[in-house]
Amino acid sequence: MPKLIIGVLAVLLLAIVSLFIGVSDVTPMSLFSSSPEDRPMQVLLISRIPRTLALILSGSALAVAGLLMQMLARNRFVEPGTAGTVESAIFGILLITILWPASPLLAKMLAATVTALLGTALFMQILRRIPLRSTLMVPLVGIMLGGVIASVTDFFAYRLDLLQTLGTWQLGDFSSVLRGRYELLWIGALLVGIAWYAADRFTVAGLGQDFTTNLGLNYRRVLTLGLSIVAMVTATVVVSVGTIPFLGLIVPNLVAMAVGDNARRAIPWIVLLGAGFVLICDIIGRVIRFPYEIPIGTVFGVIGSALFLYLLLRRRPADA
Amino acid sequence: MPERSTSPGLSPRQVLIILAALAAVSITAFMVIGAKGSWGFVLPFRGTKVWGIAMVGGAIAVATVLFQTITANRILTPGIMGYDALFRLVRTVQIFFLGGLSYATFNAQLQFALETVLMVALSTLLFRWLFNRAARDLYLLVLVGIVFGVLFRSLAGLMQRLINPNDYAVLQDVMFAGFNTIDKSLLMVSTLAILGTGVWVWRLLPALDVLNLGRDNAINLGVAYRSVVSQVLIIIAVLVSVSTALVGPVTFFGLLVSNLAYMLIRSHKHALILPAAVLLAIISLIGGQVILERVFGFDSALAIIIEFVGGVVFIAMLLKGNRK
Repeated sequence: MPKLIIGVLAVLLLAIVSLFIGVSDVTPMSLFSSSPEDRPMQVLLISRIPRTLALILSGSALAVAGLLMQMLARNRFVEPGTAGTVESAIFGILLITILWPASPLLAKMLAATVTALLGTALFMQILRRIPLRSTLMVPLVGIMLGGVIASVTDFFAYRLDLLQTLGTWQLGDFSSVLRGRYELLWIGALLVGIAWYAADRFTVAGLGQDFTTNLGLNYRRVLTLGLSIVAMVTATVVVSVGTIPFLGLIVPNLVAMAVGDNARRAIPWIVLLGAGFVLICDIIGRVIRFPYEIPIGTVFGVIGSALFLYLLLRRRPADA
Repeated sequence: MPERSTSPGLSPRQVLIILAALAAVSITAFMVIGAKGSWGFVLPFRGTKVWGIAMVGGAIAVATVLFQTITANRILTPGIMGYDALFRLVRTVQIFFLGGLSYATFNAQLQFALETVLMVALSTLLFRWLFNRAARDLYLLVLVGIVFGVLFRSLAGLMQRLINPNDYAVLQDVMFAGFNTIDKSLLMVSTLAILGTGVWVWRLLPALDVLNLGRDNAINLGVAYRSVVSQVLIIIAVLVSVSTALVGPVTFFGLLVSNLAYMLIRSHKHALILPAAVLLAIISLIGGQVILERVFGFDSALAIIIEFVGGVVFIAMLLKGNRK
């Protein structure tokens, strides 16, 4: 427990740092020396606090969604981005943008949830067709499935001249987060709560259909609940801020290396590490080329894929 | 692995003749269909385009078949292993150190030569390191290759933004070509590079056929294995540099044409497979372009369609390979 408190403090510290980075002059000093109607306070309330909250919420939710996927697919290297979920969500957003151009964010999110769920279900169906699966083949099939779905999306976007719009969901970027445009992410927080509450069920479901039924649980219901949470979390994050590659894969794996596989014990750590990771990457993206910003999707693409490579190659060649 | 249902009675030579005829038809169709205005303008204009596309298609086809020969499988391709992304990263790094402004004034051919040399060195290093670590597990290799691709792309993206965040989009356009915007300044030097590697491959043909028997057999039969593989790696790096510089990355194209060639030719002779793959590449790129552009009016969606078909074929190959 005391370790967990240190973790919470570390994330809080990062959050505070994140609040005070930016072009506009917002420092603790300027906040105290000005009235609430003045610029520093307004910038803090409208832009900085929403951004920091959005970072924490999406980082932790994506990391937990990754953990759920890993338990349900029984594979360490699965996450929404390596199972076609993210690409399906983007396809859904594009679809509703075409059919209903002025749709509110909530409608987009719901459409993305539906397609994300369908895409993930398709992925799980393909997995069932592989009787003897190699651990590494599963994410491979998922990445390729994502690529196929993405090419369908690209095709429609290209035909309808929406490629540029598509880019905003494909590349994670928190720079446009403002008050009134991130609140959907709280749904993700709620879903993380549900996942924690039901963690043991997912652990059991991860042991297989027969085992789950033996213990008196409805396997299909647990699976559906889990996949729905994953789809919805992915949808809220993609709609609000875009994609952050491999986050859901790396965080649970790093946590498992440190505290083991017990989901109930791991989830608080995954939440903290997910939030902390995203905060750090966002801070790097904002500082490295100040006063410009580099989107977190790009920063995390570098760090995330490097860590993924480490996870893949750290095993000795002999037992690869 | 190849299904023998297709063209059961045709010998490899007959297949090659048919493919050559089809390639000629697609090229003619590309040159002639829908031409308005004076032939004096249309023919040279389209001719350069056909030339470029044929160069790229041939380069990708040969690079893929060679890569599959030295790695002894039919799923890995340079495109899937992140070679294209590596070339883009090399180009970005070069611009990063030269500075965006001098990049425009710098001699294009010289620049390209420098990039290719860097590409040869880096890709050979990467290949050696990777295959020493993970040679036994094909899935690990592919996955690592894909993730390296993401890493290279993100690094390139990061550096492009560091060079000039304001002109990010513009810079991307200037730096990288597409299927419809072939970089013409490099056409001459690319052709020379491709002809050079062609001669080189021709001289290696007997050794390549022996490599198909496996590493140990090849060594037993007197092939200087390490030296041949090193030479092939250099050839692949040059070919990938050429194709990526001209039109940018096309991940799955090589996978499609190489496997189609194995299926149609049903021989292990590189002297037959390589020309078949090149012809198939020309037919599908130029013929596909004709059908999409002139018949459906879809302009440059060809790359997207290749990604779609290639992805589906790749998944099918993975699942099929697993069932054995």
